Amino acid sequence: MTVVETGAETDDGTSVGPRIGENAPRPDGVPKVTGDFAFSSDLHHDRMLWGATLRSPHAAARIGGIDTSPALAMNGVHAVLTHADVPGSPTYGLEHRDQPVLAGDVVRYEGEPVAVVAADHPDTARRALAAIHVDWQPTEPLVDPALAETADPIHPDGNVIRRIHLRHGDQAAAQRDDLVSVEGTYEVGMQDQAFLGPESGMAVPDEDGGVDLYVATQWLHVDRDQVAACLDLPHEKVRLTLAGVGGAFGAREDLSLHVHLCLLALRTGRPVKMSYGREESFHGHVHRHPARMWYRHHATTDGDLVRVEAHLLLDGGAYASSSGAVIANATCFAAGPYMVPSVEIEGVVVRTDNPPCGAMRGFGAVQTCFAHEAQMDRLAAALDMDPVALRLRNALEPGDRLATGQVITGTLPVAEVIRACADHPSAAVGSDEPMARPGGAGRTADAEHVVRGEAVAVGFKNLMFSEGFDDSSAARCVLHHGVATITCACAEVGQGFVTLARQIAGEVLGVNEIVLAPVETTSIGSAGSTSASRQTWMSGGAVQLACETVRRELLAGLATTHGLPIDDLVLVDGRVRSLSGDLDLSLAELTAEPVEADVVHRHAPTSTLDADGQGDAHVSFAVSAHRAIVDVDPDLGLVKVVELTTSQDVGRVLHPLQALGQLEGGAAQGVGLAVMEEVQVANGRIRNASFTDYLIPTALDMPPLEVAALIEQPEPGAPFGAKGIGEPPSISSTAAVAAAVRDATGLDLPRVPVRPSDICLVANPESGEAA
Amino acid sequence: MPVTIAISIDDACASLDAHPGALVLAGGTDLMVEVNRGVRRIDHVVAVDRIPELRGWSIEGDHDPVHGQVLRLGAGTTCADLAEPALASLVPALAQAARTVGSPQIRNAATLGGNLATASPAGDTLPVLAALDAEVELRSTDGTRRLPLDEFVTGVKANALNPGELITAIRVRVLDGPQEFLKVGTRNAMVIAVTSLALVVDRPGRTVRVALGSVAPVPLRATEAEVLMAERLDFEGLTTPEPELVNRFSELVADAARPIDDHRSSAAYRTHAVGVLARRAILRAFSGPVPEPA
Repeated sequence: MTVVETGAETDDGTSVGPRIGENAPRPDGVPKVTGDFAFSSDLHHDRMLWGATLRSPHAAARIGGIDTSPALAMNGVHAVLTHADVPGSPTYGLEHRDQPVLAGDVVRYEGEPVAVVAADHPDTARRALAAIHVDWQPTEPLVDPALAETADPIHPDGNVIRRIHLRHGDQAAAQRDDLVSVEGTYEVGMQDQAFLGPESGMAVPDEDGGVDLYVATQWLHVDRDQVAACLDLPHEKVRLTLAGVGGAFGAREDLSLHVHLCLLALRTGRPVKMSYGREESFHGHVHRHPARMWYRHHATTDGDLVRVEAHLLLDGGAYASSSGAVIANATCFAAGPYMVPSVEIEGVVVRTDNPPCGAMRGFGAVQTCFAHEAQMDRLAAALDMDPVALRLRNALEPGDRLATGQVITGTLPVAEVIRACADHPSAAVGSDEPMARPGGAGRTADAEHVVRGEAVAVGFKNLMFSEGFDDSSAARCVLHHGVATITCACAEVGQGFVTLARQIAGEVLGVNEIVLAPVETTSIGSAGSTSASRQTWMSGGAVQLACETVRRELLAGLATTHGLPIDDLVLVDGRVRSLSGDLDLSLAELTAEPVEADVVHRHAPTSTLDADGQGDAHVSFAVSAHRAIVDVDPDLGLVKVVELTTSQDVGRVLHPLQALGQLEGGAAQGVGLAVMEEVQVANGRIRNASFTDYLIPTALDMPPLEVAALIEQPEPGAPFGAKGIGEPPSISSTAAVAAAVRDATGLDLPRVPVRPSDICLVANPESGEAA
Repeated sequence: MPVTIAISIDDACASLDAHPGALVLAGGTDLMVEVNRGVRRIDHVVAVDRIPELRGWSIEGDHDPVHGQVLRLGAGTTCADLAEPALASLVPALAQAARTVGSPQIRNAATLGGNLATASPAGDTLPVLAALDAEVELRSTDGTRRLPLDEFVTGVKANALNPGELITAIRVRVLDGPQEFLKVGTRNAMVIAVTSLALVVDRPGRTVRVALGSVAPVPLRATEAEVLMAERLDFEGLTTPEPELVNRFSELVADAARPIDDHRSSAAYRTHAVGVLARRAILRAFSGPVPEPA
């Protein structure tokens, strides 16, 4: 990889700005490494109070009453608020307003907010919480998602959040006796996003009766809309500014402390800051949906898939969050990136008294990828076929129909990513280093205790929002004195949009000085969410469109003035030149008066899913493959991922280093889900709400990632042909690691994360069915 | 909140005497977690990390060919110190246990005395200290006393420290024989023990001593397994024991475990795992050549 440092002096002394395809330096990179970057938890105001949240200790309870007077009577306590103090909508939510700002007469999960306080010191706030008397009347929590449909509703909206019954092709296609069928039931545990910067923010009341909220989030405008509704304020009186975000991965799509902070600030007339601790953070955001998935695959003896049937049950927890979109994704992509003529998938997401689940990187496709890839391996075994060959034989390609009936019109190099990954030479060797074996620093294994396994998995998902959502991003470009100022409300959550926006502006305008305006809600319209692998396409596209509009306006004027065809004019390094060389003007002088453009960028419209789950519901797709090589200590059930190789469909690489970062980070989260990451919930209570016990991979758990290939097939309609790349790495990695552990041990391992006891305490290793 | 920065042991003991209920802060790697979680409120802190007498180690007394020399480890000895080669060669199992604690940053701060004071069932150095029959030296303004480890650790995060007492040192014998420490966690580093096992061999004393971590409220000695091995092993040649003997040893060690189900593991897995660790530890320690058949 050639690394071109930009923004620096080149050999001939000219300054070169950020350009597409280069490793432009991140403006926030050095401050994040040195500790100078201001995260939301660093927010400070001289007059600020500290907010804190009283949460339910019960997974389900009625509230007989709340007595806040002892807390209010305490010195240093400025406000104690309950549901009765919410002036506007008592509930909020991304898809349905079903979640109370503060619980009133009932709580539905452990950790549900019940009251908030503002005090002059965090310790005072904490003591005030303890002084609030709540008349708890615990009830039996509904914790088994399998019982949710038949149980009494725990919420006025009912216990089924969404059901999709997808039927595609000839439903009788498998009614033949010459097919090979395999069946299995799979489970995925509850994963946490485990971002490093816990929820925090500060609300500052304004004299106009409004409020300014500084908060770490993924989508400012949709937060603003929800907060304003709860405060019963017009949108313009609720102003959100992005505070430094310490990771998101979906966990900041829902509101957490937003409304609470604003309520306290408006009540006290003082700035109020709130910062969750780690334990509170586990209760303060949604998690990845746990899933139970039954599958049956039917194929010809030659290995052509004929029909896939599945039943997917996702546990949405107490409130809807984005469960409806998650189950849609899980259902639409349940069969994997394979050509399947006949499909029937029933996807159901239910409400329980477990912690609410919602968005997390991969968004429904992670769970089903684990299942469909296990099924493909099982089918390959039943057919006595090479599992990679089986995948290649059935790989989707452009022009094929998905299970939703949608024809793939863009790029989708499924076979290419599988082949690149599977054919990549492995560098994995046995190690004499005891720490490199399963068990790592505990030095539990000697070389003779270790067996090795290898497997390839592939997965795909949609890019951007689906099902007819009117998705857009707004951007403004102002070119003034040769400096481009870009305004866009795209939330930088670590993905690198601040770098990319500069690269795009530099590429289009040929300028080297680019300023990014603060990210907030008053100066520009919505950029949509930093999720769904959508911001490069949506906000990158908006920045591109805004800059191109400015460029066109500028050059059109010059072309007229100088009597030149517009296509003869180029913008290079802050100059406007004609191809003939006759014209060479300073952009700084040409833009003494600003040239500007305001744009809203939309992707091609999508349609909803019909009663059979059919429809052109998605914009674009991306596929990735992983090959995992693992060492397993079967007697202790410990695993070491030795090597992870990937290839991914990226459209076009805009920033090689940031692309690699997404591939590495996503794969690490996938490894985590495969072998250790699980929010353990018992009777509705989280048992491991800490980084001591919610384990995420260390450097000894995550091997260096081998990138076999980045498949660059420019995607029509995408800016510079670039697809979003954030999610696919977390989809196929889990499936590959789990399959490699199966290969090493010969066990079924139908559940992730694979626990040590799943490997070494199984009574019946060969329960796999093949009919 | 007042903080006393003690510069000598006497200084620290005087402060502890003057401020009943004061908390001792050494590396802070356990204490600060509890403080940050809000489960422990602090009224007064006595910081002992700048007391030179608490750092370092020494060999005490003359060489005793039967019982070995006594190694005195200052309570402020860090996990990183324990892993240094000179010290590691004297108590290799303790060094290995120290290497499994947390991250390098944690090992630079965390102390042996702190691991004892916390007295967690999962404390990594505790099984090794139990296997070594360690003695804990305690000091207060009333004087010094010594307690055997099994009298010092009294329960889950409970110890025999009296008010005003400070852990000043740990005494162990330097043994002639192999030592092993193995620890199972569900992550390859930086993990709380699901179970652990320390095995030390005293060749002149003809004993194998085995202690288990995370399978009971306190570190457990597998006494029956020790008795069996004392009778049957070749302490001169360290010959690999017969498979049946290894199996029996493994069973007896597993039988000694009294684990619970919790969020880190099931009791069944802990019992199983400790048996596997026993087998591997004894085979690592006794790896000598099988003698020619008679």
